Amino acid sequence: MTTITVNGKRHEVTASPDTPLLYVLRNELELNGPKFGCGLAQCGACTVHIDGRPARSCSVAVSAVKGKVTTIEGLGTPEKPHPLQQAFVAEQAAQCGYCINGMIMTASAFLARNPRPSERDIRAALDGNLCRCGTHMRILRAVRRAAA
Amino acid sequence: MNLDRRGFLKGAGALIVSFSIPESAFAQAQDPRLQQIDAWLAVGADGEVTVFCGKVELGTGVQTALSQIVAEELDVSFGRIRMLMGDTALCPNQGPTVGSQSIYRAGPQLRTAAAEARQTLVEMAAAALSTEASRLSVADGTVSAPDGKRVSYAELVGGKKISRALSGTAKPKSPDQHAIVGKPIPRVDLPAKVFGTHEYVQNLRMPGMLHGRVVRPPMPEAQLERVDEASVKSLPGNVRVVVKGNFVGVVADREEQAIRAARSLKVQWKQGVELPKMADMPAFTRATPSRERVLASAGSVEPALAAAAKTHKAQYYVPHQMHASIGPSCAIASVTADAATLWSPTQSSFNLRDTVAVVLGLPRDKVRLVWIEGSGCYGHNGADDATADAALMSQAVGKPVRVQWMRHDEHGNEPKGAAMVMEVAGGLDPRGNVAAWDYQVWSPGHAGRPAGDGPGNVLAGAALGLPDRLAPNGADRNARPTYVFPNSRVTLHLLQSTVLRVSSLRGLGSPQNTFANESFIDELAHAAGADPIEFRIRHLKDERAIAVVEGVAKLAQWNPRPAPRGGKNAGAGRGVAFVHYDNYSGYAAIALQVLVDRASGKVSVERVAAAHDCGLIVNPDGLKNQIEGNIVQTLSRALLEDVKFDTVGVTSLDWARYPILRFSDVPDEIAITLIDRPDKPSVGAGEPAASPVMAAVANAIFDATGVRLRSVPFTPERVKAALA
Repeated sequence: MTTITVNGKRHEVTASPDTPLLYVLRNELELNGPKFGCGLAQCGACTVHIDGRPARSCSVAVSAVKGKVTTIEGLGTPEKPHPLQQAFVAEQAAQCGYCINGMIMTASAFLARNPRPSERDIRAALDGNLCRCGTHMRILRAVRRAAA
Repeated sequence: MNLDRRGFLKGAGALIVSFSIPESAFAQAQDPRLQQIDAWLAVGADGEVTVFCGKVELGTGVQTALSQIVAEELDVSFGRIRMLMGDTALCPNQGPTVGSQSIYRAGPQLRTAAAEARQTLVEMAAAALSTEASRLSVADGTVSAPDGKRVSYAELVGGKKISRALSGTAKPKSPDQHAIVGKPIPRVDLPAKVFGTHEYVQNLRMPGMLHGRVVRPPMPEAQLERVDEASVKSLPGNVRVVVKGNFVGVVADREEQAIRAARSLKVQWKQGVELPKMADMPAFTRATPSRERVLASAGSVEPALAAAAKTHKAQYYVPHQMHASIGPSCAIASVTADAATLWSPTQSSFNLRDTVAVVLGLPRDKVRLVWIEGSGCYGHNGADDATADAALMSQAVGKPVRVQWMRHDEHGNEPKGAAMVMEVAGGLDPRGNVAAWDYQVWSPGHAGRPAGDGPGNVLAGAALGLPDRLAPNGADRNARPTYVFPNSRVTLHLLQSTVLRVSSLRGLGSPQNTFANESFIDELAHAAGADPIEFRIRHLKDERAIAVVEGVAKLAQWNPRPAPRGGKNAGAGRGVAFVHYDNYSGYAAIALQVLVDRASGKVSVERVAAAHDCGLIVNPDGLKNQIEGNIVQTLSRALLEDVKFDTVGVTSLDWARYPILRFSDVPDEIAITLIDRPDKPSVGAGEPAASPVMAAVANAIFDATGVRLRSVPFTPERVKAALA
């Protein structure tokens, strides 16, 4: 049986070992923050942290996960929000919001490594995350606000 | 989920304001707000206000804006409003959530309902406080008399159920009294969206629920020959194969098991219908059998063209494009022998309920559709199809079934925005004014949404052989110019068939028609040696149209000169375009700057300015969010998007083969001027700002390079070829 640590808790997983981490998070652990977008590691909606690094949970087999997983639910809560979550609300940086998990998880891992990024750095860091509503300008503002 | 309207109201103790005026009564009505009234709201004993809204939240912020309207008229704080949306058992049928019409149509309905409720509550308070209603004031749901006596809405309606029909006497507030409408109130849905806890339909799970996936035919109209059920027999998850007519699906215990089964299932299809070659599409489109209709005509075009000092003619093409929602469509259905419940992110709760009822063979009053938000749709994506898929499979297996389409399902099967050809011939008089304008458009209808009379409009219905129907709406949207020309004609060639499955994509035919109209006016300005903005204003009479064009010129610090720019700065250019959306709705003008890299052909949009007038503004920040979204999404359509297909079917099946705009390519800045018109009705902002974007980019590329691009998208390859 596969065991993973998510948001500080250990879980025994019943899914077969080759199941993508995303389905385990959503369907077994009921952590719905990470979203299914493409299953191809192309859009970023499923992004989580594994040992602080952004990972596409749709394309990582659960048995291959060795590090500690953090989902957006573990990043912050309304009571203890992550600065990026505060910034996204302050900038009203969402429309449908389906991509926002990936934006916040990618940006939080990025800012942890590069707390004073240039505009170009921010755009490069988020370039693999797709947004279809066209909320890019606000998302960029939110990441700049959180970095400031 | 099990909220029952009667139980809900009984529990809360409520005042109900209901309106049901027969359609026929609207025909003579003077006040347009009375024409569509069909809304309910309830004031609970706890002081909370529940609004039952037939329109739904598609990520545009309309829930927040509509809540502001109700709070304003009811004189309660914004935080007291709760809104239930799109549930066929609880909400009034206000029509599908389409066409930038939620604020425009549902707004007045809810405003009137709230004003009526307030008037009734104040009358009740007058009786309770033994005074005259005219002496009372209301603040946050508490009614006060001059002597200090007060009573709350909650106290007035506690435990009592009072039904009142619309009196028609309650007068909504005048805009100068607004304290909530017009304020940038933060969106109610955003906190949950950034904490990962928002309830999307994709997150919903039912006890005993199974997972389904659909196996679609490889090409249009391919008939099912054989399903080899043995090919999935050994797979884990109690795999069941569902075959009905041409519908093939699999159901399994777990999601990953259903995915694997759908991949493994061996299905043989008969040869379907071959598609034409993509490269031939403009000519193929013009040659498709069509019905011709003159949409507008003034003066006599042929003599005016013959007499013109200068004439010019051009053809434009916009290919199929897709909604490309980030989350593939998802729905859950629970179907029993005699009833069904659907959980769906549809834009058309009532029409989809009726459609699925036909697909299932159930009476529609036995089907309930509970709307839950999904990924942004920007029109008719796969949401309705996925709902019918889930229903058909749940009916087959007798358990709740959740279907989430895979990425290739969504890209391949969602109804596409239609490919369109436009041709314009124009003539200038000796002073350089437009003397003649002859516009033609070749387009199919853009309305393939499910309705009770088109059950084949969902794929599961089509697979059962049920009839489908493509309504003509949208082909003509913004075909008619807002400019006033002495001789003009607009002709629609309504195509009687389509190459790919098409339906409503944001703006329907408006972005395409506006691309042609606003490119051609620029081409004539060039022929006249005129500044593009001055030339436009010269031909406009509508003051609101002139105001947005002047507004965007000011915001963009536009210095008058003809295009192209030429000289040593060639490569950098600016372009402008304008729309009066659907010829009745909002006004939007866009001016933008591009940089064209001559070596690679890459077009970078650096700065965008927008001026926007949608009447009385309800929420200025929500409005800006919509305008920005329209601009960025349509820049993506203008620069990159083209649904690829071969003779068998769509080959743009993922993000690599259907790229959209990324962070590194969005503009440095989008500046917006909002023109508030408190004396004009609020119209929608979900679509207008999208329409001028394609032409503004083409016009800017012309300004930068002197080369005119008349086919979308303006990919590096195409730009490079045009510059060669």
